[in-house]
Amino acid sequence: MWTLTRACSLILIAGAMYAQHSYTPADVEDGGRLFRGNCVGCHGTEGNLVPGIDLGHGKFKRASTDEDLVNIIRSGIPGTPMPPGNYTEFQASTIVAYLRSLANTGRGSGLSGDSARGRALFAGKGACETCHRVGSEGSRVGPDLTDIGTLRKPPALEASIVNPDAEILAQNRYYRVVTKDGATVTGRLLNRDTFSVQLLDTKEQIRSFLLANVREHGFVEKSPMPSYKDKLTAQEVADVVSYLGTLKGIDSK
Amino acid sequence: MKIVCALLSLVFAASLPAQVSFDRILAAGKEPQNWLTYSGSLMSQRYSTLDQIKPSNVKDLELQWVFQSRSLEKFEATALVVDGVMYTTQAPNDVVAIDALTGRVLWIYSWTPSRDARPCCGRVNRGVAILGNTIFMGTIDAHLIALDAKTGKVIWNVKVAEAKSGYAITHAPLVVKDKVIVGTAGGEYGIRGFISAFDAASGKEDWRFHTIPGPGEPGHETWAGDSWKTGGGSVWMTGSYDPALNLTYWGVGNPGPDWNGDKRAGDNLYSDSVVALDPDTGKLKWYYQFSPHDEFDFDAVQVPVLADINWKGSPRKVMMWANRNGLFYVIDRTTGQFLLGKPFVEVNWMNGFDEKGRPMRVPGKVPTPEGTLIKPGNQGGTNWYSPSFSPRTGLFYIPSWEYSSIYVKQPVEYAEGRLFAGAMPQSPVPMVRSGQINQKTDQEGYGAVRAVDPNTGDRKWEFKMADVTDSGILTTATDLLFVGGREGYFFALDAKNGNLLWKANTGGQISSGPMSYAVNGKQYIAVASGSSLFVYALRDAH
Repeated sequence: MWTLTRACSLILIAGAMYAQHSYTPADVEDGGRLFRGNCVGCHGTEGNLVPGIDLGHGKFKRASTDEDLVNIIRSGIPGTPMPPGNYTEFQASTIVAYLRSLANTGRGSGLSGDSARGRALFAGKGACETCHRVGSEGSRVGPDLTDIGTLRKPPALEASIVNPDAEILAQNRYYRVVTKDGATVTGRLLNRDTFSVQLLDTKEQIRSFLLANVREHGFVEKSPMPSYKDKLTAQEVADVVSYLGTLKGIDSK
Repeated sequence: MKIVCALLSLVFAASLPAQVSFDRILAAGKEPQNWLTYSGSLMSQRYSTLDQIKPSNVKDLELQWVFQSRSLEKFEATALVVDGVMYTTQAPNDVVAIDALTGRVLWIYSWTPSRDARPCCGRVNRGVAILGNTIFMGTIDAHLIALDAKTGKVIWNVKVAEAKSGYAITHAPLVVKDKVIVGTAGGEYGIRGFISAFDAASGKEDWRFHTIPGPGEPGHETWAGDSWKTGGGSVWMTGSYDPALNLTYWGVGNPGPDWNGDKRAGDNLYSDSVVALDPDTGKLKWYYQFSPHDEFDFDAVQVPVLADINWKGSPRKVMMWANRNGLFYVIDRTTGQFLLGKPFVEVNWMNGFDEKGRPMRVPGKVPTPEGTLIKPGNQGGTNWYSPSFSPRTGLFYIPSWEYSSIYVKQPVEYAEGRLFAGAMPQSPVPMVRSGQINQKTDQEGYGAVRAVDPNTGDRKWEFKMADVTDSGILTTATDLLFVGGREGYFFALDAKNGNLLWKANTGGQISSGPMSYAVNGKQYIAVASGSSLFVYALRDAH
């Protein structure tokens, strides 16, 4: 009897949530924790890494209602890489609450940028090509930005430019190897296993090290990217962000 | 001594330019630690001058690492290795960069082919080409894609032809100077084949050579009526290049429909031919047709093997060719002159050549409604499996099939994107082995490696296998010959006499050509089997 009552009240609560889309800040916080712990590997921190899906902006392939989303989070989508998740219905609904909250965030400067000026700043004053590549220009040492406009929203781009240490994607962390003969090599981590590590070093050379020949190795905590907070004006940052937003990858001809 | 060698090779590696210039590809023999083109060099001999592994120590080969592809397709690619990085493909159209030392993946580029793709014989890919810092891959939906060799990022992606009409690209592209050259498969779908060159930097198409001449062009008269429009002439194996003659050589596939030539009366040029093209313009310099008016699916898509040999007492620039039609050929590659043709397997469809090198047909040996037994069978005396030429032994080595097929003639009509071939020949051995059990006898068919003297066409030795072989061949400067077969064995033979020196059971069908490379002074042998890549080297002394 008790069980039935509880189940009924849960259904009522859940039903109310679906209907009203009202979640407490604590729900959103819990959902965000679950999302970051379980979903960003494929969907990215902004929920838009899977082509055609932007979880933070209501862009889904197979869901329209919150109930659809809860079902997908719990059951997965057969025939796709989306696995079933071991969540209660309530936990799944907090993830939905978090996703719905994403649409309302946006902490950008609000300045509107000029992409042509941004392009000039990217190649000139900003010297962004020292580390970043767009198409066939620039260095491969930092993240390739050829299609960054499809992967990141302007507020996230702006945040990365003014405060690069705040959030570094796992695949963009720098790695440092000190060999037994004293050479230090840093670069982007390509792969590693129990006995070896592979980097793209700062000279853009692919390097492989057997750990038997390595004294120490590990991630570099800070981003190698400098903050542009004091190097570019707010308007200039907005211009660069505007330019980055135009970078949508390379199409088939 | 070992340490000194390793250090020396490190110094040597460090002095190499980071990019693979075309000059480096031309002089590939100077850096035997690398494998810069599909066939190991532009002459396509599949001969390595690495000499650490030799007959006296080959028994100490052991597995170093395995790359298990995420694909159940046949693994037909030959890997490239450039300064310690291996580039290969994972079917259908992923490019994978692998640390050649450890087997760790460095990056993967994945292309999802259009659902319109309809390659005849598996969603396969045979490898990539490199120039500068760019990797090139053709796709089964007939795109050509350029990737950054350091990161796998796309530089350009062009559509070469219509996948829904049956066009596909399955072979590794060939780089000549600043161009990337590819041809299109689709000979079973009524395509009109072509070879195209693309600017390596931009992906812009520079020239296109149609393997079937259009109206007004020489050779057009060898096709009855409109049959030229759907006549096949596919290209699905990588060509070769002679820098001194500035000619690139490509084999052309079967005319379509494959097994019924009634509506395409004539020789059907340039099907089943080798064409010699100017790589700057795509203009035809000469051709030689191996199988005029073919009704047996005898694609001439073998890799043209170029060598400067002593031909009947004097030096000559030749091309050696073991053809699907069962005959071994020597051709003057300057002029296209036929020098020699001789069966390397049992052949019953022809019985000699006229003075120009045209085969003389045996009357009655054509497909009929009742069926006609033809030797070799439909898969040919050999097929696309890369042969090898060793300048040391002077012998040409052929992966050979000894068997026959019964060809039945049936009517066939063209419809875009549909099979346009005729009745599938019946075979005493399965065309593609359907299971893991072989209950065939040698009388029904078998495979062999055959060593042929190019001056006479005579067989010097053979190594017989119970089952047929789709493996290419690698020879080395220590007179080793590496080859495999459908049973999964990977062998090292003595290239001088065919004696078995070492074998390993890889447990899958070997449908690729072995290659050799070195990292830090250590020689490796790589071969794909099943859907995985196996890499061997000598056991380290402990």
